[in-house]
Amino acid sequence: MARRRKLYTNARLLDPASGLDVKGALLTEGDRIVDLGPKLASGSFAGDTEQIDCQGHCLSPGLIDMHVWLREPGAEHQETLATGARAAAAGGVTTMVAMPNTEPTIDEVALVEFVARRAMDTAVVRILPAAAITRGTKGEELTELGLLAQAGAVAFTEGDRAISSPRLMRRALSYATTFDLLLMQHCEDHSLARGGVMNEGEVAARLGLSGIPAMAEVILLERDVRLLEATNGRLHASHLSTEESLDVVRRAKQRGLRLTAGAAPHNFSLNEFDVGDYRTFAKVKPPLRVESDRKAVVDAIADGTIDVISSAHAPQDPESKRLPFAQAEFGMIGLETLLPLTLELYHNGSVPLLRLLACLTCNPARLLKLDSGRLAPGAPADLLIFDPDTPWRVDEKKFRSKAKNSPYDGRRVQGHALRTVVAGETVFQRKRES
Amino acid sequence: MYGASLMSVSRATPAESAGLRPLPPFSHRHLLGIEGLSAQDIQILLDHSDRYVDLNRAVEKKQSSLRGRTIINLFFENSTRTRTSFELAGKRLGGDVINMSVATSSVKKGETLIDTAITLNAMHPDLLVVRHQDSGAVALLAQKVGCGVINGGDGSHEHPTQALLDALTIRRRKGRLEGLLVAICGDILHSRVARSNIHLLNTMGARVRLIAPPTLMPAYAERLGVEVYHDMRKGLTDVDIVMMLRLQMERFHGSFVPSTREYFHFYGLDYEKLGFAKPDALIMHPGPMNRGIEIDTEVADDIHRSVIHEQVEMGVAVRMACLELLAQHLPNWRHSTPAGA
Repeated sequence: MARRRKLYTNARLLDPASGLDVKGALLTEGDRIVDLGPKLASGSFAGDTEQIDCQGHCLSPGLIDMHVWLREPGAEHQETLATGARAAAAGGVTTMVAMPNTEPTIDEVALVEFVARRAMDTAVVRILPAAAITRGTKGEELTELGLLAQAGAVAFTEGDRAISSPRLMRRALSYATTFDLLLMQHCEDHSLARGGVMNEGEVAARLGLSGIPAMAEVILLERDVRLLEATNGRLHASHLSTEESLDVVRRAKQRGLRLTAGAAPHNFSLNEFDVGDYRTFAKVKPPLRVESDRKAVVDAIADGTIDVISSAHAPQDPESKRLPFAQAEFGMIGLETLLPLTLELYHNGSVPLLRLLACLTCNPARLLKLDSGRLAPGAPADLLIFDPDTPWRVDEKKFRSKAKNSPYDGRRVQGHALRTVVAGETVFQRKRES
Repeated sequence: MYGASLMSVSRATPAESAGLRPLPPFSHRHLLGIEGLSAQDIQILLDHSDRYVDLNRAVEKKQSSLRGRTIINLFFENSTRTRTSFELAGKRLGGDVINMSVATSSVKKGETLIDTAITLNAMHPDLLVVRHQDSGAVALLAQKVGCGVINGGDGSHEHPTQALLDALTIRRRKGRLEGLLVAICGDILHSRVARSNIHLLNTMGARVRLIAPPTLMPAYAERLGVEVYHDMRKGLTDVDIVMMLRLQMERFHGSFVPSTREYFHFYGLDYEKLGFAKPDALIMHPGPMNRGIEIDTEVADDIHRSVIHEQVEMGVAVRMACLELLAQHLPNWRHSTPAGA
């Protein structure tokens, strides 16, 4: 059974790594892709090969989401590895990187192993742990970066906070070069952002809320670029939200620094006015910025300044959100809306489809040094069959995630996953909806 | 444009003016802020308040229009004058007023705002007056209750009855709001009074200047439709009204000004700076005052210029008007109850 062959026929094959966009078929055997292309015909296979008719829909590598918060261990009432994985599968995500901000913080070898093993046992998609850069994400003492990497940590990050001390950040970047480890930074200067609950700007002034200034992002990023240059390290700026920081990334890339950048859907699909009348579901980091910043994020995806789109899935229970705005927690869920919100940029003509898919598949795979994220013989059979066009309306009641904190409830979107395949096995199949 | 209503008030007896006529239309369930109210709404609120000013000066102040109604003053933040003002307003209209302050409530035991709202709602109040330290908290609470809600101040967002009483004070002194030049000075950043006043004065056609050091001015303040100044002398030049704000040191996270001494030197209102305003400019302050920090004691007590005590007096009238205009949407409202019946 393990070596069973499956032939996905009648598909539009989309492989952003090679630029492939062609009608054809794809053959898997066990957990690997063995062949694909327009000439692969269904007639030439014997009866023991299961045939799956894609009905002309898109077949791409499964999505890789580099930035999700799953609340296990510690806050299983908000999300577990299992429920997060079900949400991921429904959203077309086959691999996700779990942030270390759990209780306890993932900063020890045993904890990395726990997450990896627990994911293997309970989750239907691949969950790769990220480990903290400093113990307890306190920003004081480095974790055992090398040993943690050996144990399976694919990246190192403080998650929703940045390392404040330039001295410590320099050491982390420098030490990480020994093993060519990837550090991911949430670019926000703590001292400037402290107390802020939304973008500093016109809306915050009107609502009487304290702001997180745009400069809190660019100041920290510019500092890190200097440190990167001095250490020749590898850094991924997790989620950027302002025009100025994207210019910094552009210049750093031109200078050949190993800096990559990510964006979350909320920073290219919403702006500060979506906070509306104190909607706590729109309280998020980085905060929803002004419209010109939103457009700058879209442009940066189009021109390749942004390498990765990730959901920043942050489950919260109602008690953390049904509060006055200043008291509510940050974050919104995003695994199940990642694909349609990204496709909005394709439908409105801003970014070509393959470029968007690259941000969701081969680019994160390259940063994380994974062999998935592409359609090629020998690659893992992590696949996504999706229809980019079907219109639907986001409905919080239908989320698989345990949490419902999405500001997109009710939004009309286009495109969704029809079938999600991990290691050759179907982990999600959309039922025909009336 | 307000002459007619002022005249009619002066001819009527207090009792007639307050109770005998049907209430003017006010089609809002809650009063959560000034933003969103039309010029007509504001005018109705001010005209109706005007009628209660004379009543409050009479010996017999009791009305009956809120008889049998329960008003809960729910104050999550300390307040003496606003709470007392609302309490008097409710009682003078014949309502039963309950004061609930956070020190004596279950909020201290960890109950959430929404649970508090649902609990109070189960006791069938007719109107709730709410003050809370967080912007937006009163609107959040209003979504969860079945009665009308008046915002008694939420965080740094709005304090609508304060803006209304300020406007009433100005209108009675100057006869109009339209065309006046009003300077709001001091801690704009943390001030809900400033935000409500900006909306009200803009809606009524006054011109608003904000004067504060940049650290106490909200980012993008000019987008609120005001002129921004950082120099008191320039900002006060030729203004009709000087509104001083309290330095809200309890909301300060970190230092916004180097010292209160330096602040008073550059931004405190004294006779020298006041000299740049029009000779008949009025001095206002929402209270409580920090004498010697934002306002000089002599200026504050100047009976020819300061209307600070009048503001407090207008407060009760405005709150009576607000309570009554919202109460008219309650079930079984008697539209023209004779006074004292």
